[in-house]
Amino acid sequence: MEHIRTTKVEQVKLLDRFSTSNKSLTGTLYLTATHLLFIDSSRRETWILHHHIAAVEKLPLTTSGCPLVIQCKNFRIVHFVVPRERDCHDVYNSLLQLSRTAKYEELYAFSYNPKQNESEQVKGWQLIDLAEEYKRMGVPNDYWQLSDANRDYKICETYPRDLYVPRTASKPIIVGSSKFRSKGRFPVLSYYHKDKKAAICRCSQPLSGFSARCLEDEHMLQAISKANPSNRYMYVMDTRPKLNAMANRAAGKGYENEDNYSNIRFQFVGIENIHVMRSSLQKLLEVSGTKGLSVNDFLSGLESSGWLRHIKAVLDAAVFLVKAIAVESASVLVHCSDGWDRTSQVCSLGALLLDSYYRTIKGFMVLIEKDWISFGHKFSDRCCQLDGDPKEISPVFTQFLESVWNLMEQFPQAFEYNEAFLLQIHEHVHSCQFGNFLGNCQKEREELKLKEKTYSLWPFLLDEQKKYQNPLYSPDFSPELTLLEPNTVSFNFKFWRNMYHQFDRSMHPRQSVYDLIMNMSEQNKQLEKDIKELEAKIKQKNGQPDAVLMKEHQQSAHPAPMALKTPPCFKKEQPLIPVNDAVRTIEGSNTADNRYSEFMEEFSKAEPAVVSLEYGVARMTC
Amino acid sequence: MPALACSWDVATRREQGWGLQRGGRWGRSQLSPCAPAPIFALLQALSSVDSVMMMYPFFYRPQDLRLEEGWHLFPLEQYFQQIAAQTSQWRLSDLNRDFTTCPTYPADVIVPAAVSDDTLRRAARFRQGGRFPVLSYYHPRNGTVLLRSSQPLTGPNRKRCPEDEVLLGTVLDEGERGFIIDTRSAQAAKQARMTGGGTEPKSSYPQWKRLHRPLERGRPLQESFIKLVEACNDASLSMDRWLSRLESCRWLSHVKAALSTACLAAQCLDREEASVLVHGAEGTDTTLLVTALAQVILDPGCRTVVGFQGLLEREWIEAGHPFHLRCARSAYSHARLKQEAPLFLLFLDCVWQLSRQFPFSLEFGESLLLTLFDNAYASDYGTFLCNNEKERCLCKVKENTHSLWAWLNQPEEKKKYLNPLYSHNPLVIWPSVEPQSIQLWQGELGPALRQLPFSKPKARAVLARRHHLGWVACGGLGKAALLFPQVTHNPLSPRLILPMDPSLPVPR
Repeated sequence: MEHIRTTKVEQVKLLDRFSTSNKSLTGTLYLTATHLLFIDSSRRETWILHHHIAAVEKLPLTTSGCPLVIQCKNFRIVHFVVPRERDCHDVYNSLLQLSRTAKYEELYAFSYNPKQNESEQVKGWQLIDLAEEYKRMGVPNDYWQLSDANRDYKICETYPRDLYVPRTASKPIIVGSSKFRSKGRFPVLSYYHKDKKAAICRCSQPLSGFSARCLEDEHMLQAISKANPSNRYMYVMDTRPKLNAMANRAAGKGYENEDNYSNIRFQFVGIENIHVMRSSLQKLLEVSGTKGLSVNDFLSGLESSGWLRHIKAVLDAAVFLVKAIAVESASVLVHCSDGWDRTSQVCSLGALLLDSYYRTIKGFMVLIEKDWISFGHKFSDRCCQLDGDPKEISPVFTQFLESVWNLMEQFPQAFEYNEAFLLQIHEHVHSCQFGNFLGNCQKEREELKLKEKTYSLWPFLLDEQKKYQNPLYSPDFSPELTLLEPNTVSFNFKFWRNMYHQFDRSMHPRQSVYDLIMNMSEQNKQLEKDIKELEAKIKQKNGQPDAVLMKEHQQSAHPAPMALKTPPCFKKEQPLIPVNDAVRTIEGSNTADNRYSEFMEEFSKAEPAVVSLEYGVARMTC
Repeated sequence: MPALACSWDVATRREQGWGLQRGGRWGRSQLSPCAPAPIFALLQALSSVDSVMMMYPFFYRPQDLRLEEGWHLFPLEQYFQQIAAQTSQWRLSDLNRDFTTCPTYPADVIVPAAVSDDTLRRAARFRQGGRFPVLSYYHPRNGTVLLRSSQPLTGPNRKRCPEDEVLLGTVLDEGERGFIIDTRSAQAAKQARMTGGGTEPKSSYPQWKRLHRPLERGRPLQESFIKLVEACNDASLSMDRWLSRLESCRWLSHVKAALSTACLAAQCLDREEASVLVHGAEGTDTTLLVTALAQVILDPGCRTVVGFQGLLEREWIEAGHPFHLRCARSAYSHARLKQEAPLFLLFLDCVWQLSRQFPFSLEFGESLLLTLFDNAYASDYGTFLCNNEKERCLCKVKENTHSLWAWLNQPEEKKKYLNPLYSHNPLVIWPSVEPQSIQLWQGELGPALRQLPFSKPKARAVLARRHHLGWVACGGLGKAALLFPQVTHNPLSPRLILPMDPSLPVPR
């Protein structure tokens, strides 16, 4: 790679992010075509994908060398000190080049080769089939049909080819409506609730300005309303704050006038735009990255960042949507400005609350494919996959994942997947290692021939499913809870430590309950399997013509399996116990993790004026 | 009548929102909130019975417990024997048997073997309330000790006391260094000299290094707790208001400060191998918070159900934490009492934080902490009555009331408090005290209950149960267990028996 000026730098220090006395690990830094690799003296490796790098910063020279700070999109922050300034400069420049990609074809996904053959690759891409998904929801049916209007992306470039619309919406209505909607994103079906016959539809804002009308668009909404026999009115949710929507009117856009559309109930829900979200996250990260943070600074920072307020707004909107469908059986049309950010958040969360299928591992993949990928959430722009406009970057998808995490906290038994699954998806949305999230819309993806040139993420996640299973999940723990009713009182929202401090190990609980339960249940499954096998063996034996043996067994029908069961159980348990032990090992008692050694050093100095007792934990000055 | 009064007492507190699990045993707890004024006045009067002897534990006689049971489970003698098995440097002294040397110490204390009772008596005169330095914990790994006392009475004239210096001097060998952790700020300690108190000057205690770690107590801590409860009870708060009220109540800061200070003490003992003396002013509040917490962190023995009870007995009850004054009214009271302060609750909160971070290392679950909290404020049992051993003797608490421990340790009862994931962990548990790692021990979900977005009986029942319990886990399995009792029967984990109490009534 022509960008790499130096491939190896020795004696590089990796500073501990939260240590106040600059504790560090010394090791060697390697630059490869795809990754930055740091191997410390105890052979521990830190891999950082170039695409994950959000920013590289060179700080002023210090006595120990030249500091280089790398911020990643997965919220990892590493702080290197390179002994020689020239090396640092080379690494810095290389990383700048490597982390900024100009063309899709240079992204990692196009060179990533996971040793799959072609048919596996094709099969991988076929794993999620949206036509199948709509069939599962119950469309096409008497009210909804598949429209071929956008077959060639002629009506809307950012929509998928296959769109579901009310049967009564003819092609001219579709075309007319799309002309009246920003970016041609006319109202289409996102989720169909079979029992209530109510639909979640999505679109972009109407080009209404101060007074413009469009009969076709009005017909379109009427058609959606009529497609729901159980309720004669429908909701139109504008997910923007009212002020923003009104400002849009001056630019010839805006929102639906209730007087022009029959039987609609219009509602603003007030989720802020991508720019507000971007700076909110920025503030959050600034606060959480502060060294020696006090509780009060943390809480006031959390408050002033507004981040949790935004998450609450998103979930509140989804709850509103779900109420309309579940309680009133009314269809809902959701839009924001362009209908690919807030609209995706609200539609997908609404569906997640309504339908337990989306709370399974496969279902969640389907949900992301449907409401995010196919409907054109601009992953490339929002996650800055290519070097582009920094104003287009926004953590919209991250907020969606965080909302799901909050739901998982409230309903620990309702989700088949766990937090690690969300984190892994977040990782790969930014990694550009798989083709799923590349590009901004389906048309672009087809042009890039992603299905031939890259691999799909989902089969890989399914392969390692075990890692992502929630041990507490019980799909039928309460049938009445297919509908989740989250409580969105403020104090139910918590800071997502595992997302924003995923790589700061010392901050997390030192023992994982989930791992333990997972191991236990694995063990149990194995034992149950053993029991079955042995029972089968007994049956076989009983079936043998040896009359004496048969008699013996019949006499002791019950105790026999017990006696037989014991020895293999012990055999099986032996390899499993170390696994358990590994889980139970306490990271916290490891002195390195507690940042203890520096305290020892400090202390061994004769009579220091300032004694700093520190283990990432307690600090004192006297 | 007094018995009835106490039952009213229990009922009122329940009405005020502090769910008492076993309160209102005569079915009189269903008070309407808008009871006529005279009844309310009566309740006010009855719920603040002044005389300890008139309190409910003196009248409570459960059938399946004997009176004397549980009162002598944790004799200091037994604790001392463990130390004596390892070193002969300490002895058990009964110089305080008539409570004259120190009215707030128990009869027996563990002191350096080389120091005579006479010296101790003189040293006691130099410490506020006579609380001379005594052993709180012996760290078997390296033989260092944790001591506690009250502030020295140096006063404005920088008085000295050779006996006190000798007493502290004998703890350390030649050339050894120790730490004095003063739970006040340096300035507050200095100011205390004006009122006759003060702190150990370096010149008189050359081997001891003083560290100041201010911890809140008294009135400000009580205010903090009241504000927290108020914020939690207001479900209409916007996110910004909620966060700013959570911040301004400062409760989590106090949790962090208490944990850090305990970690500091533990670190000095375990890693620095230096002995530690902890004191604040009176030595009955923050001092005990730090010494008790440090022991939970260091000593695996304190993390078992029985060990934890022993710790409470030794470090809170016998050590003279004035429960009667500190835990009178909780957060709900019109008469804001001067002496009220939730130090014991702060301790339980810190232990809960440890249990979140080390979910397999504590033998007991959250339910034990909740039960202890309830009982510290209003109890059928005499364990938390009075302010110190002297008062307990005068009131004949041990003769006339039942012990909480006797009740808790009945096999059927004890089962409810066990942590099913517990496995003995011989290591020191160092918690993270970053603000991101400290969680709010969520309770007070009462109002949330009424404002469910669209409530279903099931959700309501579950939440009601949380409300009923008062303090509930947020996050992790604790929450799963409370929210979903069915977890117990999860087919995935048939071996898992969660600490649920199926007999608890679920209010509708």
